[in-house]
Amino acid sequence: MIETLARERGREHRAWGGAQRNPRKSAPEIIRACEAGDRDVANTSCDEGQTNELIATNCRPLRGLDRLYRNQFLGFRCAPPQALCRRLLRRLDRLYRNQFLGFRCAPPQALCRRLLRRLKTGWTLKLALLFFALLCLALPAEAQSRDQQLRWGGDAEGGAPYLLPNPKNPREIIGFEIDLMNAIGKDLNRKSFFVQNQWDGLIPGLQRGNYDLAVNGIEITDDRKQQVNFSIPYYVCGEQISVRAGENSINSLADLKGKVVGTLKGSLAQRILEREGGIEVRSYENQNNAYDDLALGRLQAVLMDWPIAVYYSKPNPKLKFIGPSIERMEYGIAVRKEDAELLNQVNDALLALIKSGELRRIYEKWGIWNGETDQLFAKISAASQPGQVYEEFTQNITKKLTWRERLERYKSYLPPLLLIGAPMTLLISLLGMAVAIVIGLAVALVYLYAPRPASWLARGYVELFRGTPLLIQLYLIFYGLPNIGIRLSPLVAAVVGLGLNYGAYEAENYRAGIEAIPRGQMEAALSLGMTRAQSLRHVIVPQAMRLVIPPVTNDFIALFKDSSIVSVITMVELTKVYGQLASTYYDYIGAGVLTAAIYFLMGLPFVRLARWVEKRLATDKRVIVTAKRRWFGVGAKPVEG
Amino acid sequence: MSPIISIDNLCKSYGDASALRGISFEVEVSELTAIIGPSGCGKSTLLRCLNGLELFDSGRVRIGEITLDLDNGLSHRDFNARLRRLREEVGMVFQSFNLFPHLTALENAMLAPMAVKKVDRRKAESTARELLAKVGLSDRLDYYPSQLSGGQQQRAAIARALAMEPKVMLYDEPTSALDPSLVGEVLSIMRKLDDEGMTQVVVTHEMRFAREVADKILMLADGELIESGSPDVIFSSPRDERTRNFLQRYL
Repeated sequence: MIETLARERGREHRAWGGAQRNPRKSAPEIIRACEAGDRDVANTSCDEGQTNELIATNCRPLRGLDRLYRNQFLGFRCAPPQALCRRLLRRLDRLYRNQFLGFRCAPPQALCRRLLRRLKTGWTLKLALLFFALLCLALPAEAQSRDQQLRWGGDAEGGAPYLLPNPKNPREIIGFEIDLMNAIGKDLNRKSFFVQNQWDGLIPGLQRGNYDLAVNGIEITDDRKQQVNFSIPYYVCGEQISVRAGENSINSLADLKGKVVGTLKGSLAQRILEREGGIEVRSYENQNNAYDDLALGRLQAVLMDWPIAVYYSKPNPKLKFIGPSIERMEYGIAVRKEDAELLNQVNDALLALIKSGELRRIYEKWGIWNGETDQLFAKISAASQPGQVYEEFTQNITKKLTWRERLERYKSYLPPLLLIGAPMTLLISLLGMAVAIVIGLAVALVYLYAPRPASWLARGYVELFRGTPLLIQLYLIFYGLPNIGIRLSPLVAAVVGLGLNYGAYEAENYRAGIEAIPRGQMEAALSLGMTRAQSLRHVIVPQAMRLVIPPVTNDFIALFKDSSIVSVITMVELTKVYGQLASTYYDYIGAGVLTAAIYFLMGLPFVRLARWVEKRLATDKRVIVTAKRRWFGVGAKPVEG
Repeated sequence: MSPIISIDNLCKSYGDASALRGISFEVEVSELTAIIGPSGCGKSTLLRCLNGLELFDSGRVRIGEITLDLDNGLSHRDFNARLRRLREEVGMVFQSFNLFPHLTALENAMLAPMAVKKVDRRKAESTARELLAKVGLSDRLDYYPSQLSGGQQQRAAIARALAMEPKVMLYDEPTSALDPSLVGEVLSIMRKLDDEGMTQVVVTHEMRFAREVADKILMLADGELIESGSPDVIFSSPRDERTRNFLQRYL
């Protein structure tokens, strides 16, 4: 006991003396001393520099691996761009350490002044400008010439013969309604411009001014007349019953009692079936699914608008029509109540088209000329002959394809998916995540550091946006806010919706990250004379940001996929394009796998990027080294703290 | 010349347990004062009260021209401003170093001058380089704290505190978390600062260091200052029974 004490004291004494060290020994000598257990020799003769040199010699193989690893960017070994990225990252790192993401309680003028001062060299502004530029880029370019255009809304996912992507060139939308509107546009001397909009939201979209006309098989009903005005009918048809080819027990509407019958959601057919009573009604979003289920035996009959039945049921040899079509409905062009003049113009144009026979030619081309419309047009006509477009379309979905043809078709999916869908999905996700991160950080800071009422508010925000469905939030933002005078473009609404929703999740991530920073960090910062805000900005938040990279990446991938929801507010992104392709080609598997693959491949680089950033910014380099050693199964002595 | 630190009747309690019971003392310019005493006697609390990391219940702390007391009628905001001014004049070194792990040694020493005093980057960097060289870390400027040994981290922490050009340095058991072989390098820095005339207050268990370097020893027990005086007097002829017992265990 006494002996050890003496040794301790002796060593301390030597250490304090500083100058009285033993002459320096070389590293191998020290290692030998260490190995021999002669700690005194090692301790007294080895200063910090030597210790590290020692460790460096031992760590050489590890260094090599480390270098190898670092020279990879996104899995590729590419030195120059990688060096560039590293430099960029270092800039970014410095940027948010010094100038960004920290809040400073300055009056707005001072904030503006500071922003202006940074105009020359500042990154804050450049980032903001980049953000803004991206936003502008995404806003529809046609916005400038809106007045000359005849803007009308419809849903290209509805399918043939109304509106559908051209099977030969899926970027182009075709359909008898396109022909109709082109003809009307020509008559009015205005260029017809189609605006994609979810069918359910066509009338709300019209009212909020996304377009001036709504045309997509919209039946003229008294309910709808209270919200909008309708033109004179442009087409009349009934509802058609389809059954399986071998079915003999169903011959009329009355026979449907007690049967399982499918139809489209919110259509006249659904109302007929419900009125009839005693029928088990299954309502579908999509006609393909209904006819599929009929063919598979899940349904015993399907009741649907006649033109749809002609296109999707008639060509299918497994199905047959029962009787003539039931009831009668008129399609009209919906116009806002206040646009009386436009309504008159459209009516005049329609009358001219009917009189000239132009409209009949369109319907005949599409193979949907029928007696009801004939009566309406007060012209006598023989039964229609299938038109050329009709022939092509039915061939397209009934034909058995060879492998080569199938590959060709898949190749034709790529341009719309990659050129229309993917960029929009990417844009929405990136902007949405940027908004979410900013909101999340602000909310987390308010939650943790602001006085009570504000902190409660932040907490309420998190609970509210985390606890309610994103879908409903989007509906409220897009269709609800216009009621109080806030009209957002679809893109802005999508970004705001996703940002607000994910902001709640990010807030919790950041809160966890900030709370994980040891208390001593804040104390050290305060003891250096920093204010609480400065401490947060320079010390706490940068560390927390690093900690939360994995969960934030997680959320980004989730957001990336959740962005498909924004199709309900008329955004045409990847999933929406998939829906259009799938319903056109009647091909849910091929297009589906392709779309899923695109999502996966687009997400992958971000995951790798995040991992790379995480490694680069790791505060405890030693831990990373250890992890790597375990990973590769080789290693060296860890650095002794 | 008036003392640079003067503490007057400082009291602090946590709930029912009182940590400091009326402590008063003064520190002259360029003195090194060592605070010793058994664990839990309130040494660290006293030190943390000196730069306002702990708020005391009553009494008065004056460092340089800045006085902290609680019944001064200052608004919350003004009090905080005064607290910050005080902290700018007082450097603090912690037992667990508390270096900022996301910054290199150099950046650690640059941050506070840039953020608080708005020193421009170039000047902050040259000062930081100088100070790190002074504590023997000129070859470790770009190392992150996790890449430094404990002794190196503590020396970097001292450089970081010095970068704010404080009038007084406080050390809260600066060597307790260190491997015995690394204690010397930290103590020798403090010795060097003492030679240069820095006013320092050290809470420490290194009795030999206290005896050799300190100008004054404060012996705390049970939240009270039971003895103070020059090291020779305290170490060779302690008056209080508790001091004797305490020193016996250490020497």
